[in-house]
Amino acid sequence: MNPITDDIILHAEKVQKVYPGTVALKDVDFNIYRGKVNALVGENGAGKSTLMKILAGVEQVTSGKLILNGKEIAPKSPREAEALGIGIIYQELNLFPNLNVSENIFVAHERTVGGSLVNHREQERQTAELMKRLEQPIKPRTLVSNLRIGQQQIVEIAKSLARNTQILIMDEPTSALSNTEVEVLFRVIRELKTQGVSIVYISHKLEELLQIGDYITVLRDGQLIATAPMPEINLRWIVENMVGRGSATAYTPAAHEIRDDALRVENLTLPHPGKAQGYLLDHVSFSLRAGEILGIYGLMGAGRTELFETLMGLYPDATGDVLLYGESLKGKSIRERIQSGVMLIPEDRQREGLVQTLSVAHNMLLASLHNHLFLKVVLSGRKEKNSVERHIEELSIKVSNRNNPIGSLSGGNQQKVVVAKALLTSPKVLLMDEPTRGIDVGAKEEIFTIMVQLAQRGLGVLFVSTELKEVLAMADRILVMSKGRITAEIPRAEATEEALVAASAIGHELVKAGV
Amino acid sequence: MEIENIQSSAAIPAKTAGEPNRAPIQAILLQLRAFIALLILFGFFAIYSDSFMQTNNLIILTKQVAINAILGIGMTYVILTGGIDLSVGSIVGLCGIVAGGLINEGLVLSVFDVVIYFNIWIVMGLTIICGMLIGMFNGILVTRFSVAPFIATLGTLYIARGLALLRNSGATFPNLVGDPELGNTGFPKLGAGELLGLPYSIWIMAALAIIGTFIAMKTPFGRQIYAIGGNQRAARLSGVRVKQVTLMAYVISGFCAAIVGLIITSQLVSAHPATGESFELNAIAAVVLGGTSLSGGRGTIGGTIIGAFVIGVLSNGMIIEGVSSFWQTVIKGVVIILAVMIDQFQQRLQKRNG
Repeated sequence: MNPITDDIILHAEKVQKVYPGTVALKDVDFNIYRGKVNALVGENGAGKSTLMKILAGVEQVTSGKLILNGKEIAPKSPREAEALGIGIIYQELNLFPNLNVSENIFVAHERTVGGSLVNHREQERQTAELMKRLEQPIKPRTLVSNLRIGQQQIVEIAKSLARNTQILIMDEPTSALSNTEVEVLFRVIRELKTQGVSIVYISHKLEELLQIGDYITVLRDGQLIATAPMPEINLRWIVENMVGRGSATAYTPAAHEIRDDALRVENLTLPHPGKAQGYLLDHVSFSLRAGEILGIYGLMGAGRTELFETLMGLYPDATGDVLLYGESLKGKSIRERIQSGVMLIPEDRQREGLVQTLSVAHNMLLASLHNHLFLKVVLSGRKEKNSVERHIEELSIKVSNRNNPIGSLSGGNQQKVVVAKALLTSPKVLLMDEPTRGIDVGAKEEIFTIMVQLAQRGLGVLFVSTELKEVLAMADRILVMSKGRITAEIPRAEATEEALVAASAIGHELVKAGV
Repeated sequence: MEIENIQSSAAIPAKTAGEPNRAPIQAILLQLRAFIALLILFGFFAIYSDSFMQTNNLIILTKQVAINAILGIGMTYVILTGGIDLSVGSIVGLCGIVAGGLINEGLVLSVFDVVIYFNIWIVMGLTIICGMLIGMFNGILVTRFSVAPFIATLGTLYIARGLALLRNSGATFPNLVGDPELGNTGFPKLGAGELLGLPYSIWIMAALAIIGTFIAMKTPFGRQIYAIGGNQRAARLSGVRVKQVTLMAYVISGFCAAIVGLIITSQLVSAHPATGESFELNAIAAVVLGGTSLSGGRGTIGGTIIGAFVIGVLSNGMIIEGVSSFWQTVIKGVVIILAVMIDQFQQRLQKRNG
């Protein structure tokens, strides 16, 4: 580690964060160097966001210290952190689209006349100054909803600067940006550096980190794995530290026979809504065979979720064709697709997978009510009970009573209810979007086992994951997506972390000029 | 303790099904609050008023409750989807006028220069279809054109009322007894007739409550109504035809309003275009008092019936006791606000208990 300590603005010492049931951070040391871009990487659940939240005052440490400019600090709220000069820009921007640029920048910190009336003229003058400092042609009175995402991000940066931020934390700042917008952002970041602002930069896009970062810190499973000055390392180093060597995956899927084509996707294309050009899905073609587990890897915004939603029929303006055992699904509604044998397990369990007001049993049955009828119109309590109890047993869902509210279950068991709901529709092809997100290790393995069992039964399983290890361990074949395109198709035997990362970055390369 | 025992054994489902079995006693009490409130009110007036418990009064009371409860049944479906139907009062008025017009003036087909007088059963059938069509209009506005339910049905409230006034230039259709020569007599029976000593309207309320509960609990449609109100997106991804199901809820509400229109018109033996004004508010109050969440997904028709009885007993008792009608209005408002406050309290309690 760098022995020179005087250019460290903030030092986190042996930071530990314990949540009920899990340790999110274990004795992590982290330095933020003054006027540098300090990159922070790690897979989902590595502890990046926890560390970030601690710095920003959203969460407090369980043990350990934060030392800012030689003085120990303990911000108890984002507002306290802000007062100490620590600002944060979240991935989902926190702007008010109905207010203009200067109103957004000074929201809750209004410049006033006599303490009660907003001094718009002063605010707009300062906004214009900030924009000049950032060299951005954004007018103070423009409505934020009329700005492009990249410009909105600049407004967020200006908002932080207006509060005299010394340390600016940026969480996945480029996930929604176009290449040109990324360039603008990088230019702004370099300017901020020369002005002495220290940046903490979190991103999954590793190539990007190599370009903009000065120091890099890798977290894995809540622990500090490695930290180094950027010029000394390369992409391979980052991936190896992120994923970990040797220890590898405990899970090896059982054998399952791969049969004929179950699902064929031909030239699936989905235009970007509201934009004249650009695609969310750009001529995607692939096939999934019965008994196969096909993994899809890609970064945020690569089009994975859009692919699944298009396959389910959520986007009627998508073009191209989807064939399920030779039968076209074109023009079919979600309901018809489910009846044909395609079923989605959505990424966001709470928002898309479950109805919180319904019980465990009613959630499980929601997609297959027509299979549980008596005299064709009335729900048969007996059939319902049989199905529900069978699946509670088969998937070993821990619930004392099937009529309990769904919210009383743990994340892993809730996810199993979503899986049971899908299985009750007798699917031929199952689309699983991040099936292990937010569930504990034990439940993850159970979900993996279920996936293999389904493949053994002859289902085609298509699953998306942002975790390299998971994709590498589970998939018979891997498709990598980037910017709505399939950029690589890799059989299990040839799949390596580096190959996946490289393919997931295709289309994100910056124009080298000016870098 | 005695009171608690009575309530738990009564097992009236005033709240959502599927609650934990071993709920603490205060949670059970909260869940049955509408029923408890009803018992307390009933007990209070039974003790303090001589005439309250007389059979005659109880029948009058229930007849009044029936009107509100039937509207409440349809309203419950709509509110369960997360919507609201402000137009039911106007549909009551318009359907009354439609029925009155068909009886007194027949269907005038000026193109063919004929007037058709229908049998009374057909008159009632046409009136019900009219109510359902207006409900469908609401449903189409909400589902196909994404008009907010509050606004869509507010618009319909005005449109339907306006049409009711237009039909006979604001005048009443009086004396709807029909004409034996035209074969359309018998309409007043609906309002005046009795079965086993109880007016028809009470039987209709009971029948609709049972059928309504059955549909809500035991059919895919009912289950899907709850799912849509709880999480529309999850319901859609589970293959629920959200638009069709939501639309049906408004059609059911229109159906119930038409039934009420017929009952009132028959009771009065005349159709007045202003009938049913502000009925929607009473119906919403009954639904809310019955524990149905205005944000959708939680609630039962049984609860709504109890809610309607709470309002009915309260106003009937206060009238008997000679409480000024101005105070009655104030007290009704207080009761509604209290009900919603307790509902919020219960939800917080439920969340805390996980």
